[in-house]
Amino acid sequence: MSAVRVLVGTRKGAFVLTADAKRDRWAVNGPLFGGWEIYHVKGSPADPNRLYASQSSSWFGQVIHRSNDGGNAWEPAGNKFAYDGVPGTHKWYDGTPHPWEFKRVWHIEPSLTDPDVVYAGVEDAALFKSKDGAGTWEELPGLRGHQSGPDWAPGAGGLCLHTILLDPSDANRIYIAISAAGAFRSDDAGQTWRPINRGLKSQYIPNQEAEVGHCVHRIAMHRSRPKVLFMQKHWDVMRTDDAGDSWREVSGNLPTDFGFVIDVHAHDPETIYVVPIKSDSEHYPLDGQLRVYRSRTGGNEWEALTKGLPQRDCYVNVLRDAMSVDALDPCGVYFGTTGGQVYASANGGDTWAPIVRDLPPVLSVEVQTL
Amino acid sequence: MIRVELPQHLRTLARVDREVTLDVEGRPTLRSLLDALEASYPMLSGTIRDHVTQERRPYVRFFACEQDLSFGPPDAPLPDAVASGTEPFLVLGALAGG
Repeated sequence: MSAVRVLVGTRKGAFVLTADAKRDRWAVNGPLFGGWEIYHVKGSPADPNRLYASQSSSWFGQVIHRSNDGGNAWEPAGNKFAYDGVPGTHKWYDGTPHPWEFKRVWHIEPSLTDPDVVYAGVEDAALFKSKDGAGTWEELPGLRGHQSGPDWAPGAGGLCLHTILLDPSDANRIYIAISAAGAFRSDDAGQTWRPINRGLKSQYIPNQEAEVGHCVHRIAMHRSRPKVLFMQKHWDVMRTDDAGDSWREVSGNLPTDFGFVIDVHAHDPETIYVVPIKSDSEHYPLDGQLRVYRSRTGGNEWEALTKGLPQRDCYVNVLRDAMSVDALDPCGVYFGTTGGQVYASANGGDTWAPIVRDLPPVLSVEVQTL
Repeated sequence: MIRVELPQHLRTLARVDREVTLDVEGRPTLRSLLDALEASYPMLSGTIRDHVTQERRPYVRFFACEQDLSFGPPDAPLPDAVASGTEPFLVLGALAGG
């Protein structure tokens, strides 16, 4: 592997950032789909030149594009996300029933083995699957049809399914997360689902340890240990070693355990990264200092990574899909901010530099190692 | 032949110029015009009206002959000047967002 391609989704288009393995000189291509909100762009692990992009617009709804050449040329793909059967209701913010309404695709997750198979996590929360390269989509209705579905309520960003993790050791196992329902696991390729939220505690719901109702912001996995998951919840950084059957808090010495992103080092499954944010009502770093925190012990013991990051007057946020790692050695770590910066570290987080400083607000960052 | 003007984002999506022309069988209506538009440009399906309900998307408006046709019955005949191609049918994104 000798190059990286960073796929950046922003409020006003997509950008493709490329560099060789040194990762010190970058080419910037974009904006692609200018003016559209790009919630996510992701490449197929089975064919890195197959990319999928989710475009959203308050005016014109949802569009999906597909590229077969690494993002140089794009073609429109299927954008019909129709819920299976009569959609029914979930809970609204005030607890009253509210009809299930499709709004947008938050997250695209291509299959690990087949470039034509791809999953989409949408708002209002549901999981869709395409077997024809995003030409047509079908809901996997067992998730939304779970008995707890009518009790799901949106987080501040909406009732969004934002995380999809495919187990590389078991083709039938899928993890997903929904704000603000929680985490779920399927062991039969998405047909049936069970909540996996035992151990989570959330002060904003009547029963703090309820089976569902938790605002999970992001879950991350290292492919070598697919039963070990790390979670950035609304508040609290959590860990499970048994595929979500039980979670324990690993916030440890973090200065605040509110945040959105979490990711795992490509070569060390016990090294994880978060970006602490001040609070749920103040979505910016503590004290105006943008700091990534790294734990080399799988949580609890954290160190601040600051070299190359602004340490004064910085009040940006880092949204849930806006951190990724590459598979080079040393591992590269990347994240994007609502201020339009995309920062990269080519040494596992020890030092950072901006690739770009002035993009529209960044919604998502994905990295391909080529 | 009916002339349809599309907003910028939909022109880019469909890879067309500002105005496209459509042949619509019979007396054209809003529904038959949009059916013909989506048949010619499938990538526009879902962007002007909802895939499932076929309702106009809330921030999309239809104007022609200095009239707002956004709220008319979908099966009502379009104005003669639109049917004859003398005047274009305008699809617009509503002003919103500042």
